[in-house]
Amino acid sequence: MAEVVLRNLTKRFGKVPAVEDVSLGVPDGAFVVLLGPTGAGKTTTLRLVAGLERPDAGDILIDGRSVLGEMPAQRDVAMVFQQYSLYPHLTVRDNLAFPLRSPILRWDEAAIEKRVREVAEVLRIAHKLGNKATQLSGGEMQRVSIGRALVRRPRIYLMDEPLSSLDAKLRAELRIELKRIQQELGATLLYVTHDQIEAMTMATHVGVLDRGRLVQFGTPREIYEDPVSVYVAERLGQPRINTLPADLFGTRPDGAATIGLRPEHIRIGEGREARVGRIERLGDQTRLHLTLDGHEIVTLTEVHTRLTPGDIVAIRPQAPLYFDAAGARVPSGR
Amino acid sequence: MSAHSITEPSATTKWISGGLVVAYAVVTLIPLLWIVATGFKTPADAISYPPKVVFDPTIEGYVNLFTTRTRVTPEQLESLPPPEGIAEEIVRSYGMVIAGPSRFGERFMNSVVIGFGSTFLSVFLGTLAAYAFSRFKIPLSDDLLFFILSTRMMPPIAVAIPIFLMYRQLGLSDTHLGMILLYTAVNISLAVWLLKGFIDEIPREYEEAALIDGYTRFQAFYKVVLPQAATGIASTAIFCLIFAWNEYAFAVLLTSGTAQTAPPFIPTIIGVGGQDWPAVAAGATLFLLPVLIFTVLLRKHLLRGITFGAVRK
Repeated sequence: MAEVVLRNLTKRFGKVPAVEDVSLGVPDGAFVVLLGPTGAGKTTTLRLVAGLERPDAGDILIDGRSVLGEMPAQRDVAMVFQQYSLYPHLTVRDNLAFPLRSPILRWDEAAIEKRVREVAEVLRIAHKLGNKATQLSGGEMQRVSIGRALVRRPRIYLMDEPLSSLDAKLRAELRIELKRIQQELGATLLYVTHDQIEAMTMATHVGVLDRGRLVQFGTPREIYEDPVSVYVAERLGQPRINTLPADLFGTRPDGAATIGLRPEHIRIGEGREARVGRIERLGDQTRLHLTLDGHEIVTLTEVHTRLTPGDIVAIRPQAPLYFDAAGARVPSGR
Repeated sequence: MSAHSITEPSATTKWISGGLVVAYAVVTLIPLLWIVATGFKTPADAISYPPKVVFDPTIEGYVNLFTTRTRVTPEQLESLPPPEGIAEEIVRSYGMVIAGPSRFGERFMNSVVIGFGSTFLSVFLGTLAAYAFSRFKIPLSDDLLFFILSTRMMPPIAVAIPIFLMYRQLGLSDTHLGMILLYTAVNISLAVWLLKGFIDEIPREYEEAALIDGYTRFQAFYKVVLPQAATGIASTAIFCLIFAWNEYAFAVLLTSGTAQTAPPFIPTIIGVGGQDWPAVAAGATLFLLPVLIFTVLLRKHLLRGITFGAVRK
């Protein structure tokens, strides 16, 4: 297990910057989630750490030592790819054993079999060990590729949306399983995801990337409650944060151009009148689509609400977030 | 199943398509069948008119193919001990004795060594080059690939005379090595292009996963890329072998003895002891076999190649 430090890391593909001047310290045993839309540089960051890409500038330190000169194999990292990670010509067993048979480890076959079985049990693929990798369903393939990372005890685990192709139930189970394994091993993990629940429940730290730049790094709570910009605020929260003109509800702090309202920032029952447009009943939550002066607002209400489209409700902000015209956070002034 | 189901053609369609396939097979196979049959005829049956479809099979053609014979006087024939084996018996019935083995076996082995040798070399070098073109940033790689392809644009025989002179200077005329190098030079562009296509199709993630799993690039190539390129390697090998095996013009020009391959040798059989068509047909039949066997052996990979892409997500 190890700490990872990225120092002014930059990688361009042609003229396009994929990772731009990223500095980041991942403490030993941390579970770091990288958030950002497609093209933000999350996967490239993982690939740089893995040694699959060479940075144009900057340095990567694992346990205080630069690894730029090292081959991927020497860096002692394990990576779960988003897709195409299983060797299609091998069985599940051989896929899982592949890293252990590498010239660097060369375990003896009895030990390999034992370890492969253990990991297969955890991931519930023990009954598929004899199958060819191509005979698996998408979810099973993904579990095998997670398993291929878990059979080893590398210094760092890198995971690129490992749970994205799984169904909801399995994803929930593996989320807990991965977190448990990470805590038990005290493993350092760099994890890319789009999924808010994964980020909030598993991460000890969240890094938000925007077009290659790291815009905020902190605990999941900090990122959620205290975002530095609209962009960061929009990464987390379901339904998404509502961004409206800052003066829609009257007073606003100096410099604020927009007000950001998450559902918990909206108090229903007093304030300005908004019209109910649509009601989405998702089962565990009910979303209310409101219109106020032509602005669409999405919030939550009680699950069994009696409201119907066309009703009028009064709303007012409660400890909202303010942002300036460029999207940067403005102190709320209270 | 409905009549217009996509998965299951109707009975009529099946009958018509089946009939067409059988008709086509018959038309294309009759000449082959004729060659095989002629190999088992007597010289008289082979040229009889009208042609004999039903005949008494004999291995005379094969005996003549593999032996050289000398005519002896009836008195000498009388004085010999009784014939050993069927071959001796057939030869003596024509008033001759077996003088020794013919050169067919030797020429056939030359074909095997040169054909398979050049196929191996083409596929080996082709795979490495194709991998490099597919995975690494090579300056001017498009131009290089075009250059490699351009070597195929001229019929090889157009440069026959320069090659003939060059080979004479280098001492490569009528050598196995010379022929292997020549056929490799002709085949390599095909091999590079075909294999590059196949290797391009293999996602890089597989190798990258292997690199992270603790393997070097060469090990990743060997353990991950090669098995997945098996289909491409098999089909490329078949194409290369078919060319090298059947090549006639250069074989006639550049080989005459030690390294002579079967194609220029087989026609010379006609001249030995009259028009011996059964022996020629026997030689042709045996000559067909290796490519056939090679293709059948690699068939599994070829079939897999057709279905492989379809089952992946």
